[in-house]
Amino acid sequence: MTEFERLDPHKGVFMMRQTKAEPFCASAKEITIEPVTRIEGHARIGVMLDDSGGVAWARFHITSMRGFEKFLEGRPAEEVPGIVTRICGICPWQHHLAANKAVEGCFGTEVPPAGRLLRELSQALAHIGDKVLHFFFLAGPDFLVDSNRHARNIFGIASQAPELAKRVVQTRYRAQMMLEKFAGRCIHPDAIVPGGFSRPMSCVERDELHAGALDQLEFARFALDFAKERVFSRFDAELMRLGEIDTGFLAMVNPEDGALSLSEGVLRLMRPEGSYHEFSGREYTDFLGEHVEPWSYAKLPYARGWGEGFSMDLDDPRGIYRTNCLARLNVADRIPTPLAQAELLEFRSLFGRPAQSTMLYHQARLIELLYCCEKVVELLEDPRITAEHVQNVAVPKAGRGVGCVEAPRGTLIHDYSTDEDGFITRANLIVGTTHNLAPINMSVTRVARDLIKNGEVTEEMLNRIEMAVRAYDP
Amino acid sequence: MSLTLCSEALSGCTGCEMALLNTGGGSLGLLDKFEIVHMPLLMDHKYFGCRDATSEIHIPKACVGLITGGLRNEGQLRIAEKMRLQCRVIVALGTCAAYGGIPALMNLFEDADLFRRYYRSAEGTDAAPNPSRVVQPFLERTFALDEKIAVDVTLPGCPPHPDRISALMESIIDGRSLEWPLQSVCDSCPTKREGKGGVQRIRRFVRNARHQVQGPLSEMRCLLEQGFLCMGPVTVAGCAGMDGGPPRCIEARVPCRGCHGPVRKGGNQLMDILNALASNGIDTKDLPDRLLSLRFSGAHDRLNRRRLPKPD
Repeated sequence: MTEFERLDPHKGVFMMRQTKAEPFCASAKEITIEPVTRIEGHARIGVMLDDSGGVAWARFHITSMRGFEKFLEGRPAEEVPGIVTRICGICPWQHHLAANKAVEGCFGTEVPPAGRLLRELSQALAHIGDKVLHFFFLAGPDFLVDSNRHARNIFGIASQAPELAKRVVQTRYRAQMMLEKFAGRCIHPDAIVPGGFSRPMSCVERDELHAGALDQLEFARFALDFAKERVFSRFDAELMRLGEIDTGFLAMVNPEDGALSLSEGVLRLMRPEGSYHEFSGREYTDFLGEHVEPWSYAKLPYARGWGEGFSMDLDDPRGIYRTNCLARLNVADRIPTPLAQAELLEFRSLFGRPAQSTMLYHQARLIELLYCCEKVVELLEDPRITAEHVQNVAVPKAGRGVGCVEAPRGTLIHDYSTDEDGFITRANLIVGTTHNLAPINMSVTRVARDLIKNGEVTEEMLNRIEMAVRAYDP
Repeated sequence: MSLTLCSEALSGCTGCEMALLNTGGGSLGLLDKFEIVHMPLLMDHKYFGCRDATSEIHIPKACVGLITGGLRNEGQLRIAEKMRLQCRVIVALGTCAAYGGIPALMNLFEDADLFRRYYRSAEGTDAAPNPSRVVQPFLERTFALDEKIAVDVTLPGCPPHPDRISALMESIIDGRSLEWPLQSVCDSCPTKREGKGGVQRIRRFVRNARHQVQGPLSEMRCLLEQGFLCMGPVTVAGCAGMDGGPPRCIEARVPCRGCHGPVRKGGNQLMDILNALASNGIDTKDLPDRLLSLRFSGAHDRLNRRRLPKPD
């Protein structure tokens, strides 16, 4: 039996009723991209055409949820950092650290210096693997190989540019193995613990890592030069406008000098015109709200603190800000390593601050790659990193803690409360990608409107719509 | 002629795919041995043409179907069923596909409770009704793959070690079956065991294990004997790969949490650990959160919100 439900009375559109294995009444006016490919996770794009064949609206749907906010309740808080890693297999280290920081907030635990350094090192290394994965494996094929659908992937790069592919694959792998060397596991780690790190780093390990870190840095310099010459400098005006929207930005900065910071700091929320205010993680609900749409399980965060509400209307957006690498570069006053800082200055001289073009996420990502590689070398050259005291004892008790870190896709916020035995009573999470859901929806609508006229759709147009999504690396 | 491969990720986290990308070491070696015809993470094959979206999704026929993640919603179930139809050999890769994994912790709660919390009482959320359009309805609980489709080969692990993924895929290419030794994590653990009786109660892991900083693992005392809940006795070995290295978490000086699932398929990590502790004279009454012993293997009705296990 076919069962349909009328879902959008204003548009008179029929969509799939949620029953199993029923035929789908595809409206001639609806365009669907499913699955959105070369992204992490699951998503579907729906584009609705109006009577004249232009785009009425477009939506980026997140169609499942696993329920971490609920099933963390009742768990001993110190176990949670080893559970929330499974939110994301690409950025487990960031969830791992944010959760530990939140638990430390609940228990009132301080972290010794070597523990902090080891955490910072693991974060920077984890960012490296992710950025290489995203630029070269996922998004890069849109720029680096012929635009044939069948070759538009890492295997296409491998056959058309084998030397490049080899370096890329090796660099990503090395970043993962460097993590394993001192932390046991690179995917779904357990090595960060409330109060610090589970074990100190030996000098032998440090020396081995240092050699690898210099190779990573060399690759990062090569990758950015290569991409500037072969990709970014060839972006034409149309590509620079792809999915362009004007928004605010949110990222963490060092409270002392406003510098880019991935593991510790305050949150800085910048308005589209560049003014900003800063707040601590604990104050996040004063500045950020979450909006629910009926067509996506994931909620859409917005800047409640601006007092203008929430709207994704392209002509009159309200409360919309973005996160991830472009946001981090926009809000930071500087990058605290020399090579990446020089790149930031050049980036700003070309694109201003804040830079708004969605395609600039790619360049920002590779500048961050450079920063992370420089940071890894710097951390490994800090003699304190091999100190033996890496953890303070954590004492379970009642409290509340908000742990924030910058994940590749944006600011992670883990907010936990515990009872007197240190068990979780309440957990609220805002994960990196969700900050960008409203902007992704807007960028998708922007591209779809710019490209689709008179109801004509080509494969190239559909991929351009997905390219707007991929820029955000969701 | 290389074998064709379809790959799908269901209710999981993409960690298994990251492990898959690590299989070639510094090359794409393993993936190059297959002709990949469908893999949303890396390639652009879609379920249907943009104008004719149907619930009858299209996945090409292939020799091997690699599935990660468990089953949480109806859409994932449809994909799993289609993969079964189209692929000669179905591989359940990773603990979520094999035993439900961490997402099966949701089996302790009602979806209605999740919705109430997430959409109507979460800090900073503008309360709203549950999303109901386009999103996939949930199944009654999170299932392991073999509860809904026939699975030919299972490789647990959260994620599985790249060397084991390689060994498995090579065996499929060669058309031979691969038997893993039936060992527990303890069987592969080099730490020092001094014998029963020293521990009466389990301590929470809020201080680091005692160990020599520059010393080898073989000089660290067994973490269970140090009083921490280590799932090693009831968890299948394999996290270290093929070369007999020490278990990964132990290497980080952290107790095993059981991420590869039970030693024997069909085993129950909760019952097994309670027995193991009891037989060592350890009081199990005040374990901090005994259900967490099933954190990786809560499918197959092990974790059930309506019938919470009563092990005593």
